[in-house]
Amino acid sequence: MALDAKIPSGPLQDKWAKHKRDSKLINPANKRKFTIIIVGSGLAGGAAAATLSELGYKVKCFCYQDSPRRAHSIAAQGGINAAKNYQNDGDSVYRLFYDTLKGGDFRSREGNVYRLAEVSVNIIDQCVAQGVPFAREYGGLLANRSFGGAQVSRTFYARGQTGQQLLLGCYQALEKEVHNGGVQMYPRTEMLDMVVVDGHAKGIVVRDMQTGEISSHAGDAVLLATGGYGNVFFLSTNAKGCNVTAAYRAHKRGAYFSNPCYTQIHPTCIPVSGDYQSKLTLMSESLRNDGRIWVPKKAEDAKKNPNDIPDSDRDYYLERKYPSFGNLSPRDIASRSAKEVCDEGRGVGPGGRGVYLDFRDAINRLGEDAIRNRYGNLFQMYAKITGENPYKAPMRIYPAVHYTMGGLWVDYNLMSNLPGLHVLGEANFSDHGANRLGASALMQGLADGYFVIPVTLAVYLAGQKPGAVTTDAPEFKAVEEEVRTRTKTFLDIKGKRSVDSFHRELGLLLWDKCGMARNKAGLEEALKKIPEIREEFWQNLRVPGNGTNLNQELEKAGRVADFMEFGELMCRDALDREESCGGHFREEHQFTEADPEVKSGTTQPGEAKRHDDKFAYASAWEYAGKDKPPVLHKEELVFDTVKPSVRSYQ
Amino acid sequence: MNLTLKIWRQEGPDAKGQMQTVEARDIPEEASFLEMLDIVNERIIEEGGDPVQFDHDCREGICGTCSLTINGVPHGPDNGVTTCQLHMRKFRDGDTIWIEPFRAKAFPVVRDLVVDRSAFDRIIAAGGYISVRTGSAPDANGLPIEKDHADQSFDAATCIGCGACVAACPNASPMLFVGAKASHLNLLPQGKPELDIRVLAMVRQMDAEGFGNCTNHYECEGVCPKEISADVIARLNREYACASVKEGVA
Ligand SMILES: Cc1cc2nc3c(=O)[nH]c(=O)nc-3n(C[C@H](O)[C@H](O)[C@H](O)COP(=O)(O)OP(=O)(O)OC[C@H]3O[C@@H](n4cnc5c(N)ncnc54)[C@H](O)[C@@H]3O)c2cc1C
Ligand code: FES
Repeated sequence: MALDAKIPSGPLQDKWAKHKRDSKLINPANKRKFTIIIVGSGLAGGAAAATLSELGYKVKCFCYQDSPRRAHSIAAQGGINAAKNYQNDGDSVYRLFYDTLKGGDFRSREGNVYRLAEVSVNIIDQCVAQGVPFAREYGGLLANRSFGGAQVSRTFYARGQTGQQLLLGCYQALEKEVHNGGVQMYPRTEMLDMVVVDGHAKGIVVRDMQTGEISSHAGDAVLLATGGYGNVFFLSTNAKGCNVTAAYRAHKRGAYFSNPCYTQIHPTCIPVSGDYQSKLTLMSESLRNDGRIWVPKKAEDAKKNPNDIPDSDRDYYLERKYPSFGNLSPRDIASRSAKEVCDEGRGVGPGGRGVYLDFRDAINRLGEDAIRNRYGNLFQMYAKITGENPYKAPMRIYPAVHYTMGGLWVDYNLMSNLPGLHVLGEANFSDHGANRLGASALMQGLADGYFVIPVTLAVYLAGQKPGAVTTDAPEFKAVEEEVRTRTKTFLDIKGKRSVDSFHRELGLLLWDKCGMARNKAGLEEALKKIPEIREEFWQNLRVPGNGTNLNQELEKAGRVADFMEFGELMCRDALDREESCGGHFREEHQFTEADPEVKSGTTQPGEAKRHDDKFAYASAWEYAGKDKPPVLHKEELVFDTVKPSVRSYQ
Repeated sequence: MNLTLKIWRQEGPDAKGQMQTVEARDIPEEASFLEMLDIVNERIIEEGGDPVQFDHDCREGICGTCSLTINGVPHGPDNGVTTCQLHMRKFRDGDTIWIEPFRAKAFPVVRDLVVDRSAFDRIIAAGGYISVRTGSAPDANGLPIEKDHADQSFDAATCIGCGACVAACPNASPMLFVGAKASHLNLLPQGKPELDIRVLAMVRQMDAEGFGNCTNHYECEGVCPKEISADVIARLNREYACASVKEGVA
């Protein structure tokens, strides 16, 4: 099937305005008759639910947490981008568009990215009006900071809690609509499957996590805003409950999954310290402004007290390899370099998977107080978690899984190839290409929820008769039955191993073979091993208790069962993509000294090497049935405005 | 380290609960409190038992999902942290640790250590927002806000809605939670137009949910993982009194 992104014709800067002008409207009296199902109450889902309800639609919103306020968006720290140009430093919609497209290594759509940059300015207005307390200057106006991949200062922030404050604004708008009767909220309710009627997504099957009751909900359209799948790796900076289930279930019902291999690994996280560890904590990238990253030159020094290792025995490898960017090299480079030195046996700390981030020189130069002023809260967080004093000994850091650029395929209207299904926020694939720039995920989630879907949903609904499908349709009964059987199967296996033990095993394998660097042999090995792990999972899993009350092991079992299949899709996608781009680094495809781009100084050896002639497409995988390989569809990416070039950081 | 845990076990909302003694063996002191419970649960599962149910999600102190009253103190012995940020090095080998849910009439137990805090959502729904339709906002810099006010508003806005304040209060009063939301919004110029209806509606909803009232014990301030000051309660009381008077006159 040819994938039509439905990008409006005309000049880039007119597309969105033209689309809004040309799109059908639903008259107010009719809106009330449409029921919209929204799964997810993070920035994307919460914003959509509040706004669609304000417009008059009947909204049912679901989340697995006990309150919509706890969606994972709450954890975002650094900030949100917007092309306001309040600093008068030359920012513009075009510049934000260009930075985002280039940051994504030319693997996203021009039309979508331009629209994102355009609506970014409305987001800030909306949030301030809701009472989001962004940082301000003494004159009372909004403050900005700079973020990676940009030469202007366009990031709005609320201390280190930007996500929290944005989500509270969104949550309050949502609760306002709950109070007004437009939104029915279903917390602690997990979507376990999607229902397709006559080729259209018309409902979901959910489990009440408190009573175990399985039930159906029908709607005129289904919106998934269920976040990213980083937890497939078990260890990540994501919240424990983040999962791929909603997206993957939709995939199995016909929705294409795009670019599953694009994952972002963040270079500065607190390293794994033992097998008991349940998650990884992000340390802001800003630390790299003053910290110097190093490992011992000799593997035998790796166990020594770092303060006893003289400078002559230290390898400041980023400064050595990338003299012009040094410790501020881009995320993917910094992450991969840390892996390399650890692979050589020079990593430090438990398990040898860590590198030092050392403030000794900065403290000597500026004094401890200056460093405390700049990074006090981060140093404290580090001390609480590790029990070490980062003013006295260098921090240990290591890259960790952070964000997933891949997601369900959607067109310009955020609609999947499966009619009626719309996908928002991190759960879709649309705007970040192969690499997301910092502070752009919050922007995208809110853009999708507040400003895009309220317009584009009508394009679909205009052709639908409201309330035409109810849960009486036989399709609902059939899917419900499948969900019941599946739940019962988990409980009936009564094997020996816990869900977590399988999840850890899968995660380690993926981290090793489909993590920071991938190669053909490793991916093929993973593709052989994942089915073996999965096989054992279905034979030897132990889920205690029954399905009739709160049962967290049962919840996890469902999510991990989907990760077991999804992990395979990731590896398949990574194997297909015989190039390196953004977060996807295939060891076979990197620049070497022999390349003209290196000789001319445009790039450096070891940088990701794209192959635009063959791979300037978004992959879109179609589920083909149990034990059948998925079918690859390609959406060719068209660049009318910007000519893809080698990403250069010099 | 080895520990003896006394854990509240309760099958469901209507079941009778009791404390159960569980031995926690070989716990690394680098582990967080919740990771300690993960290890304990892993063993329970291996041995064919029912693992302890407890709430958690972000595990970095921001989502407000984790709860637990540890040795009688919501979020345990460390200051300014949530349970998920508490580390085992705060305890000693051989310790006995009491682990209970956040208890309050308005927070019914769902199972074991998990409670239902949806009353908080209903308090926000009653008035904890600024009514602004999407798309109707003026330019963000059109309304300069004094940095001091913005900062104070922020301090209140850091509330994570965990409910520790309620669990710590002898009256199970949520005034720190309600006060924090009121201060967050009422200190901003955008929040002024709805100030009166906001505080009246939130306080009335709080009463309707079966929470108690504040009689100035200030236990809440001591356990708040975000160290929100009880000043927000005083401000809310003033605003409520004022709004009630105006309502009476009107
Ligand atoms: C530590 C950290 C820091 C970050 N910092 C930044 C930053 O500074 N700037 C930035 O731009 N981005 C940042 N990001 C990324 C950004 O936070 C996320 O990409 C974004 O918030 C995702 O929003 P969302 O609405 O798509 O999904 P989420 O907020 O993850 O929401 C998902 C929703 O779906 C629900 N859900 C999921 N599955 C189901 C199911 N099966 N059934 C029912 N409900 C379900 C959940 O309950 C939840 O309500 C950060 C991410 C992390 C991990
Ligand atoms: S789990 Fe999120 S605050 Fe503790």
